[in-house]
Amino acid sequence: MNTVAKPQYDNGVVKYLTVGAIVFLVLGTFMGTFAASQLAWPALNFDIAEITFARLRVMHTNTVIFAFGGMTLMATAFYTVQRTNGVKLWSNSMAWWTAILFTIGLLAVVVTISLGMTTGKEYHEQEWPLAIAVAVVWTLYTFNFVMTIASRNKETHPNVYVSNWFFIGMMIAITYLYVVNGLAIPVSLFRSYSMFAGVQDAMIQWWWGHNAVGFFLTAGFLAIMYYFVPKQAQRPIYSYRLSVIHFWALMFGYVWLGAHHLQYTALPDWTGSLGAVISLAMIIPSWGGALNGMLTLSGAWDRLRTDYILRFLIISLAFYAMSTFEGPVMASKTVNALSHYTDWTVGHVHSGALGWVAMVSIGALYHMVMKLWNTEMYSMKLINFHFWLATIGTVFYIVAMWVSGIMQGLMWRAYDEYGTLAYTFAESVAAMHPYYAMRALGGLLFFSGAAVMLYNVVMTIRMANAKATSQVGAHA
Amino acid sequence: MADNQQPKNLQDGLERNIFALFLATAFAVSIAGIVEIVPLFYLKSAVDYTEQTDKYGNAKNEKFPELVWERTFTEDANGKLVADKALYKLDKNGKAVMADWKAGDGVRPYTPLELAGRDIYLREGCYICHSQMIRPFRDERERYGHYSLATESMYDHPMQWGSKRTGPDLARLGGKYSDEWHVMHLIRPQDMVPESVMPAYPWLVENSIEKDFFGTERDMNKRLSVMRTLGVPYTDEEIENANAAIKGHTEMDALVAYLQVLGTMVKLDDSKTYRE
Repeated sequence: MNTVAKPQYDNGVVKYLTVGAIVFLVLGTFMGTFAASQLAWPALNFDIAEITFARLRVMHTNTVIFAFGGMTLMATAFYTVQRTNGVKLWSNSMAWWTAILFTIGLLAVVVTISLGMTTGKEYHEQEWPLAIAVAVVWTLYTFNFVMTIASRNKETHPNVYVSNWFFIGMMIAITYLYVVNGLAIPVSLFRSYSMFAGVQDAMIQWWWGHNAVGFFLTAGFLAIMYYFVPKQAQRPIYSYRLSVIHFWALMFGYVWLGAHHLQYTALPDWTGSLGAVISLAMIIPSWGGALNGMLTLSGAWDRLRTDYILRFLIISLAFYAMSTFEGPVMASKTVNALSHYTDWTVGHVHSGALGWVAMVSIGALYHMVMKLWNTEMYSMKLINFHFWLATIGTVFYIVAMWVSGIMQGLMWRAYDEYGTLAYTFAESVAAMHPYYAMRALGGLLFFSGAAVMLYNVVMTIRMANAKATSQVGAHA
Repeated sequence: MADNQQPKNLQDGLERNIFALFLATAFAVSIAGIVEIVPLFYLKSAVDYTEQTDKYGNAKNEKFPELVWERTFTEDANGKLVADKALYKLDKNGKAVMADWKAGDGVRPYTPLELAGRDIYLREGCYICHSQMIRPFRDERERYGHYSLATESMYDHPMQWGSKRTGPDLARLGGKYSDEWHVMHLIRPQDMVPESVMPAYPWLVENSIEKDFFGTERDMNKRLSVMRTLGVPYTDEEIENANAAIKGHTEMDALVAYLQVLGTMVKLDDSKTYRE
């Protein structure tokens, strides 16, 4: 009955992307757990070229960041842009093409990396034919999104809602950075040489690399936060003014940070320092954004006891606040001298990736499943179980990497009483074993949570479909 | 909603016009790249005062002459690009041997075998666990050697500075171990270093470096010529002989050739301050 009053939305493609994202989450966290286990027990490489640690690690990053993250961003963008602008997608068929080609493209990326085809640029490993395909699909996605907003009724929806700004910022920055960093000349169908070399290549690489984090994994997921936290909490966002500051500070500021990956390297000192200073300043907008999300719950904190989906969304903001504090600390020169090249960096990335990105996505994905299939979840208890598996898994992971990272840094620079290096490199590797095992366990817990989620979602959809069929039968 | 017709301020105006918001955002995200990246292409201090001397990528360094291997390209009577010094040549058996360059003469382009080995280094993802960038700290100096300079990777498309040391830094690995050690280590790392968590790469000794993915030819002539387009100076003869230069070698030979040249090109002077 209420469906008459509501505008009809294009839900099919969002449903496809939602389920696809969850499948890639399971696959990607499985690969991560496997790769983590290889570092603890190297025999797990099995002397098979296609799954040696370095290739598997790159398959893992591409699956979780670009396949899971990308599909989540597409699902949520197509879902929210219709609802915040009160229109259907500008082109439903273009959205379907985007979704299908993106799936095929990302599967091809994972397979070709496993075969050893790579540009050798971290977080931009896909070779030129796939890089071009990905860029084209991404442009379709952006174009469709912008045109959908442009097609809104300006009488009823004069101002574009904040979640859309963040999506657009993410789309623009990613296109720009990805294309520039990817410039290369092919030498065969499977191999190309980067246009840039040495110090310029390093800066361009990390200008992209850090903003795969800053835009793809932050701005995009903040868009998700700005829609789904208020929706799930059933309250308006805490402060409009804070979101304006958050948005522009992030758009302007994040792009500078890549240089902090190259401190004390052959990059000129001023560039690294500039990156570090702006990194420090970024605490303010980041925390402003995190508070904006959390304070939306003011006066409704009790809902956290009963609403498990809200728990995912709120703990994700806690992790967001934590890692956006840790990041600037690690960017400061003194800390960076110790933390760079160690597992601490890996731990920091995962406190953001598991704690923030994955948690906020999971919350949004559960929310969308219930709305899209117009049903309750198959099991709320399993969501709670998933929540604890994910949270404990993340904490295990981060703690293991803090200890191992700081230990590595200290062992490498330790001197004995004769003024010579106290430890060989091999001794530092041996000392990592217990922490690598602990990290693998953390990964396993997180992966198990994802598997529970997939089961729960599949059962929910089956339940909803069965109900729909019986209702149709009853009406007939 | 008549009162909504006129935007109250700039932000309100941007929120009402999606294309204006798009452009304003694009402007905001592009400033950092202009400030941080563009200067690196023309500031001499960013590359240790190394200067390019021709469009092919030959270079010189007047402040620190030891950094770069200098040579001059000219066109001969047949319009071929030739140099006053040769990087490598084929001996009478058709085997590639180093010609006028000796270790320590300065940064030079990779030989075809080294470049092919570098491709293997990338394919196996060595950069995921090994950096090639030594920082100016006392402990790194004692463990790995003199800190790295930008000039040392000026012909590296792409650079392999890395971001993680699950294994040790490799920037100055060349000459520290014998070729035999590297072969045995790559076949079974734990035989040489029991604590190692590095995977084994036994297939490298079985595969011919002449073959690429799915049995296709590894066209080194093409690769060197693309490198020259990108600013890595090879003569016409060096490009034409590239396929012959890797003949008969395995992937292992190529990778070891690459590992053994790392950090050996320049003999750095400890009494000089190369970077402030």
